[in-house]
Amino acid sequence: MKETAFINGLHAEIAKPPTLFQRTADTVFRHVCGASGWLTTLIVVFIVVKITVAALPAMCQYGVNFLTTTTWDPQTQVYGILPEIWGTLFTSVLALIAGTFFGVAAAIFLSEGFLGQFIFAILKIIKMDTNPYWGKLPERMEGILKNLIELLAAIPSVVYGLWGIFILIPAIRPTCNWLSAKLGWMAFFGTTLSGPGVLPAVIVLSIMILPTVTAISRDALVAVPPKLRMAAYGMGATRWETILAVILPVATRGIIGAVILAFGRALGETMALAMLVGNSNKISLSLFSPANTLASLLANNFPEAGPNVVSVLMYAALVLLAITLIVNIIGAMILQKASSADEGGK
Amino acid sequence: MAADNEMLCNTGASQDANGKNIVIDCKIKDLHYGSFKAVRDTHIPIQKNRITAFIGPSGCGKSTVLRCLNRMNDIVRGFRFSGHVHFAGCDIYHHSIDAVAVRRFIGMVFQQPNPFAMSIYNNVAFGLRLNRYKGSITEKVEEALKRAALWDEVKDKLQKSGLSLSGGQQQRLCIARAIATDPQVLLMDEPCSALDPISTRRIEELMLELKTRYTIAIVTHNLQQAQRVADDTGFLYVDTSEGGRTGYLVEFGDSKQIFDDPKEKYTKDYIRGEFS
Repeated sequence: MKETAFINGLHAEIAKPPTLFQRTADTVFRHVCGASGWLTTLIVVFIVVKITVAALPAMCQYGVNFLTTTTWDPQTQVYGILPEIWGTLFTSVLALIAGTFFGVAAAIFLSEGFLGQFIFAILKIIKMDTNPYWGKLPERMEGILKNLIELLAAIPSVVYGLWGIFILIPAIRPTCNWLSAKLGWMAFFGTTLSGPGVLPAVIVLSIMILPTVTAISRDALVAVPPKLRMAAYGMGATRWETILAVILPVATRGIIGAVILAFGRALGETMALAMLVGNSNKISLSLFSPANTLASLLANNFPEAGPNVVSVLMYAALVLLAITLIVNIIGAMILQKASSADEGGK
Repeated sequence: MAADNEMLCNTGASQDANGKNIVIDCKIKDLHYGSFKAVRDTHIPIQKNRITAFIGPSGCGKSTVLRCLNRMNDIVRGFRFSGHVHFAGCDIYHHSIDAVAVRRFIGMVFQQPNPFAMSIYNNVAFGLRLNRYKGSITEKVEEALKRAALWDEVKDKLQKSGLSLSGGQQQRLCIARAIATDPQVLLMDEPCSALDPISTRRIEELMLELKTRYTIAIVTHNLQQAQRVADDTGFLYVDTSEGGRTGYLVEFGDSKQIFDDPKEKYTKDYIRGEFS
């Protein structure tokens, strides 16, 4: 054996080749990891294949018309999901705009120590800033605020739904109807809000994606090397200029990642939307009109679905799956582009 | 505020009793980070068109002192300063003066090369845009890169990322960025400690060229470097008598005198390499 000869040729006191156990453990570890990886992939493939098979009858029967027509009538067996596709994208995009804006703003607030600075200034006024216990308050409060925002992610979506129905909708209704009366000529305010509708759904959805956007963006902002911050301050940049011109561009990748994750969540969110969006097959630009989304369509229709309707629902599920997949691919492409820009097109 | 800022740029350097042209007169009574006393009793006059070096063992506060000169320490939460830093005839620590304004007149180069994640051109143009410079930015960028002895190496790839350069080039890019806005003073915080000997030599040559135009203050832990480039040298040491590690100025003077004929025992021992 070559290795034995090699080892016998060395007269080492302590160093020796790995034992049989070490080698076996290494092999087993490698295979367990490999198997887990493959298993995950297989599960995804299995689910997609099963859904596709179940959807096949409906796909053959309704074809592309399913995607472009607007009637959903189990009585006459006419099915079209254009309003749901529209509703899914419309609510998600609006929620994403609002969620990204507030989420990134909150992430900046958390990562740049604004809160800590404010508390420190107060401590300084009451001369407690060097106190061993109270002096740590700024850092502690920053930690608490961060955890509070992340806690938003722990609220079950049905609770969001209930909150939306019983608190949010009554609260925003007068304003919405006033807007509709005064600015009704604008498509966004075209109808009155009579209960569930796009706006409450969007508000709740954006709150739901807020922790995702904030937490990941904050991590990306904190990861920006402090030396860049110093360079900008050293040039005489104000805090705002430093954040906008130097820190945010470096953190873009992470923020885009956060937004894509959040978009995925918004597209697939079911319970809160089923409760808040109104479940009405309408295509409207109005924020106050009820609408429907794919996820909520599925949730509302599966209980009394016959075999034929199950196939139709599977088709709709496949469409939802395709939309999320496309969003993820586009996101990955944007990330790739951003990262090659980072390296300066080397 | 506006009046003060104008004062910063309009008044010339002051003259001390010996007729020396003092640009920055820094007198630190004591300086705290929170409850930690970092520096005490340090007086450093920085003369025009000369290179002033701060030397001393690790943790003696030489970087802290340097960062006082453009109020970079203000960023650190819990920073407290008593004393004065006179620049162009006024105390930059006066409550009416904005730290951001001070930093626009006193440029800084850091230990780690820290170009922004943007093109070489935009890196140098950063300060010009910050100051809303009205003239030709392209011209100024070229001028700064030439003065930083980097132009020939990057003139064909100005649109490439500043991060694509080597460490020594990145540091010269940072120098170009700092001098593009023509600051009166350039502070350098161990600018060569992350660089190889050849890049170090280039930066040192560059400093000697730049001092004809700017006033330079440099922190270095490399005694040979201080000897090679500095006109004046201040030696700082750590005082542990009060329990903490408080830095203070032991001796300040002409580099030749400090290195050939130090007056203080600590300076003598440090320069002979008996401790670091």
